[in-house]
Amino acid sequence: MRRVVVTGLGMVTPLGCGVEITWQRLLAGQSGANRIENFDVSDLPAKIACQLPRGDGTDGTFNPDQWMEPKEQRKVDEFIIYAMAAARQALDDADWHPTSYEDQCASGVLIGSGIGGLQGIAETALLLQERGPRRVSPFFIPGRLINLAGGYVSIEHGLKGPNHAVVTACSTGAHAIGDAARLVAFGDADVMVAGGTESPINRLAMAGFAACRALSTSYNDTPEKASRPYDRDRDGFVMGEGAGVVVVEALEHALARGARIYGEIVGYGLSGDAYHITAPSEDGDGAFRCMTAALKRAGISPAEIDYINAHGTSTMADGIELGAVQRLLGNSAATVSMSSTKSAIGHLLGAAGAVEAIFSLLAIRDQIAPPTINLDNPSVETAIDLVPHTPRERKIDYALSNSFGFGGTNASVVFKRYTQ
Amino acid sequence: MSDIAERVKKIVAEHLGVEPEKVTENASFIDDLGADSLDTVELVMAFEEAFNCEIPDDAAETILTVGDAINFLEKNAA
Repeated sequence: MRRVVVTGLGMVTPLGCGVEITWQRLLAGQSGANRIENFDVSDLPAKIACQLPRGDGTDGTFNPDQWMEPKEQRKVDEFIIYAMAAARQALDDADWHPTSYEDQCASGVLIGSGIGGLQGIAETALLLQERGPRRVSPFFIPGRLINLAGGYVSIEHGLKGPNHAVVTACSTGAHAIGDAARLVAFGDADVMVAGGTESPINRLAMAGFAACRALSTSYNDTPEKASRPYDRDRDGFVMGEGAGVVVVEALEHALARGARIYGEIVGYGLSGDAYHITAPSEDGDGAFRCMTAALKRAGISPAEIDYINAHGTSTMADGIELGAVQRLLGNSAATVSMSSTKSAIGHLLGAAGAVEAIFSLLAIRDQIAPPTINLDNPSVETAIDLVPHTPRERKIDYALSNSFGFGGTNASVVFKRYTQ
Repeated sequence: MSDIAERVKKIVAEHLGVEPEKVTENASFIDDLGADSLDTVELVMAFEEAFNCEIPDDAAETILTVGDAINFLEKNAA
C-alpha cells in the first residue's frame, strides 16, 4: 500500500477562522467559550458555548460571505458553510487546485458531520406545522444532508474522485481522515479532502444534549472556566462549532509536485464498545482496542508515542480514557504528554477529530504539546503529563489523536513526523 | 412599470443574487439569470408568498421568464 501524508490544513474554530490564528491562541491558553447571545437560553440549563468569533474576516473573525455567496448561504445549514471555509483553506495551503480531468478524477472528498443541519430541520418542521407542505423549500433536503458539505466542496473545487461522508457522532472527523488515508493508500484517489464540520449551537441541539446530561451547567457565569478536562470540578462538555479539513495525499504524488508535508498518517484504528448508546464502557476497553489497532497498523510500540491529543471532553468519561491510555502505555506513561484541546475550543462533535488531528500535526511541526487549560486539580493521579495550563516544548515524532462517539464508536489516528 | 412587475423583479433579483438591471421582462430564469430547476421552484413559492396566491404546478411550468411571471400574477394575484 502507498504511504500517505498530509499536505494542507484548514480550520474554523471558536478561537478563530484559520489554522495559524487558532494555533497561536491555543498555545497562549485562550478559551473560546462565552455566553450564548443569539437565541433565548433563559430556559436552557447550559447557557454557554464555544462559538465562532464572527466579524468582517479581519483579526481571525469568521465572515461567511468570504466563503460562500450569500444567495447560496440561504439554502444551507451553517455546517456546510464552515466546511467550505476549511476546505478552501486546506486546498490553498496544499496548493492543490486540479484543472485537468485526470487530476480532478484523482481528487476526492470525505467530509462528515455528527448531526448535520438540526437548525434547518427545526425551523422547517415549524413551518410545515404552521403553513403546510407547500411552503417547504426545495433546498430544505439538500441544505441539511450531511454529505452535502462534501458535495458543495466537490462542486466548488472540481473534485471528481471518491465523494464520501462519515457520520459517527464525535468520532466523525477522525474516521473521515483515517478512511480518506485508506482510500489514498489503496489507490482510489491520489488526493482526498477530508475532515468534519458541525453547527450544533442552536436551541434544539442544546436542549437535546442537556437532556442527555452531557453539558456543563455550573459555569454559566464564568464560561472560560467551564471546559476543564481531568479536573475534579468538571461537570460536562461545552458545546463548540466549526470545521477542520486536511488534504490527504499519496506521498509519491506530494513529492512529485514538491508539496510541503506536515506529517505522515501511519496508523488508524477503529473499534466499537457494544455497551451503551451514550456512555463509554467503564473499563475503557473500546478505547484501548482502537488505540492498540492504530499502533499495530503504525508498527510501533506504545513507548514510541510522544503526544496524545485526548478525546477528553470534560465529562466523567475523561477518567475512562485516561485509564485506557495508562493500560496501553504501562511503564512508559511518564514519557508521554497528553492534552485535551477541548479545554480551549469546547467539543466540536463531528468536527472535533479533524480539528484535533490538525493540532496533532502542528504539535509535530512545532515540537510543542498544546495545553489542557483549567486543569487546576486533577481528579486522579497519573504519571502521564496532562500539560496543564501552558504548552510543553518537547520532542514529538509520533502523535496519536483519539475520538470516541455516542453509540460506542471509537477511532484513533497516528501521525508521524515526516522522514524519507 | 406596474407595481406587480416591480415587485416580481425585486424578488427575482434577491433570490437569484443577480444585478437588478439584468432582470428584464425577456430574461429567462435558467438561461439568462443562472437559476437551476430548484431555484425556479423556490421562486414560484416566493411569488405565491408575496402575492398571496396559489400557482398550480402546471401553471408554474409555463413561467420561464420574468415576463411570464408578471403576466401570470397580473391576471391571478389577489
